Amino acid sequence: MDNTETLRQPHSSLTGGAGGGSSYFNPSFETMSREQIEALQLERLQKTVRHCMNNEFYRKKFAEAGITPDDIKTLADVRKLPFTTKQDLRDTYPFGMACVPLRDCVRLHSSSGTTGNPTVILHTQKDLDEWANQVARNLWMVGLRPDDVFQNSSGYGMFTGGLGFQYGAEKLGMLTVPAAAGNSLRQIKFIKDFGTTAIHAVPSYVTRLYEVMKEEGVDPRRDTKLKVLCIGAEPHSEEQRRRIEEMMGVKAYNSFGMSEMCGPGVGFECPEQNGMHFWEDYYIVEIVDPETLEPVPDGEIGELVLTTLCREAMPLLRYRTRDLTRVLGRSCPCGRNHIRLDRMRGRSDDMMVLRGVNIFPIQIEKILMQFPELASNYLITLTTDEENDNMTVEVELAQPTDDFKQLLDLEHEIRRRLKDEILLTPIVKLVAKGSLPVSEGKAVRVVDKRKVYQ
Amino acid sequence: MTIHQLSIFIENRSGTLIKVLDALKEANIQIIASTIADTADYGIYRLICSEPMRACDELKRAGVAVALSEVFVIAIDNEPGRAADAVKAFSQADIDITYMYSFLNENRGLLIFRTNDNERAQQIITANNMQIISEEALQSLV
Ligand SMILES: [Zn+2]
Repeated sequence: MDNTETLRQPHSSLTGGAGGGSSYFNPSFETMSREQIEALQLERLQKTVRHCMNNEFYRKKFAEAGITPDDIKTLADVRKLPFTTKQDLRDTYPFGMACVPLRDCVRLHSSSGTTGNPTVILHTQKDLDEWANQVARNLWMVGLRPDDVFQNSSGYGMFTGGLGFQYGAEKLGMLTVPAAAGNSLRQIKFIKDFGTTAIHAVPSYVTRLYEVMKEEGVDPRRDTKLKVLCIGAEPHSEEQRRRIEEMMGVKAYNSFGMSEMCGPGVGFECPEQNGMHFWEDYYIVEIVDPETLEPVPDGEIGELVLTTLCREAMPLLRYRTRDLTRVLGRSCPCGRNHIRLDRMRGRSDDMMVLRGVNIFPIQIEKILMQFPELASNYLITLTTDEENDNMTVEVELAQPTDDFKQLLDLEHEIRRRLKDEILLTPIVKLVAKGSLPVSEGKAVRVVDKRKVYQ
Repeated sequence: MTIHQLSIFIENRSGTLIKVLDALKEANIQIIASTIADTADYGIYRLICSEPMRACDELKRAGVAVALSEVFVIAIDNEPGRAADAVKAFSQADIDITYMYSFLNENRGLLIFRTNDNERAQQIITANNMQIISEEALQSLV
């Protein structure tokens, strides 16, 4: 066996067996029974909590909560632990939540701070290996193998979607192209010249890429070897996903990641496309009521709370992600019993409150994507006139038309269906294709121009 | 016998019409007739021009949302009541005229219109001996 073959075997220290011809990258971990998963979680939780005692911030938090590592006797005891939040990360900026000496860290990712301090996440070499393993496991799960060519059309730098997928795809053994975001013509050239079979990008960028392909006369079905799209980082509706799949002629798999946990790879859809498996050998998943912080029953929407189980540099206990989702199940025809969560409804931070009604951008998108007459780009603008909040939805037309009545009927029908969904009537503006701003990173979907009265 | 008309979706903000006209100028396309129908937020700019196919490609290349549509052009005598006669013929046959615009050329009126049923409209035109203008004839006006 040559070296290359050895390197292509999945990482084995924590993660068990080899992929080989299997449908699993880490078979022994991916196919664990619920009992095995929970036993492993308890063992790793106890270890993590003890590890947190190396850090001043956690020692203080534990003391305030009146607990010690010895109080974690069952998995349910995770609820005795205090929550952590983004604010904690800001308050301890930059290194206050590190649980190992800085000399043991090899990587730092920072998120920009539009409000207050930015946040910093540190990684040891083992943290990076485990992160890459999660990403590789996901990519293997959606059918990618070392023969594939993976083009990562995601921002690099501090944005974890770049390096996260890069290391994961390399760990799986794929030829990996760090194309980064933007420069669509070059992206398309790479796809054709390198025989790219899989792309990772934010959903709005896939749409953009398709538009440019169309302009250039490139048919993704005929002229490329694409077979898989990995999309994520941007909340998107099932309708948007179906649309992307139809455009590109391949399956698009949704994923979840956040830099606080490591980055991409935390949750990923399996070929069943029925929710994302969150890897419970790496995380404890809780769904709580964002107001009371009490757990909600399976199937009910709540805030996702994650506890890391394998992180060395910066373990996070009961981290409030602000993302809203629900539990779909704990078994799956794919053979993985890791919890399945619904696509994110958006972050509780994204929620718009208009005239007392709670609205998520994703609800608007879901409706817009039902109209074949509309393109995928849209922009929601919130304004105030007098005392009233108003919502304007601008959406691009897929095709120009000569028929005025059709446009007016379309506007009317969009307004009607939006009202059914969000319970208030927005102003709908049809705009020409290509006239809304295109972002090469995460799409900006909401502009809030309301005056703040408080 | 219909001719090609370009229909362009334009938003009501400054610069959008200029973008279209500049693209046509760049491509050396001549406008024969045009009209804008609008609401508060957007309009449809309809135009008959030289080399409609090439014009359409050039506009698309310039990032303009353009559609090709089929319209009729008929010539009528330049005297009161002739347009009414023509429209009446269609209305009596229950054919809807979706929109219409017109221009004068060498002492005759040219009516440009779109119907909801081109096949039957063609029959009415023939039955009433209306003088229909072909694409070639129109292009010769340029
Ligand atoms: Zn599954």
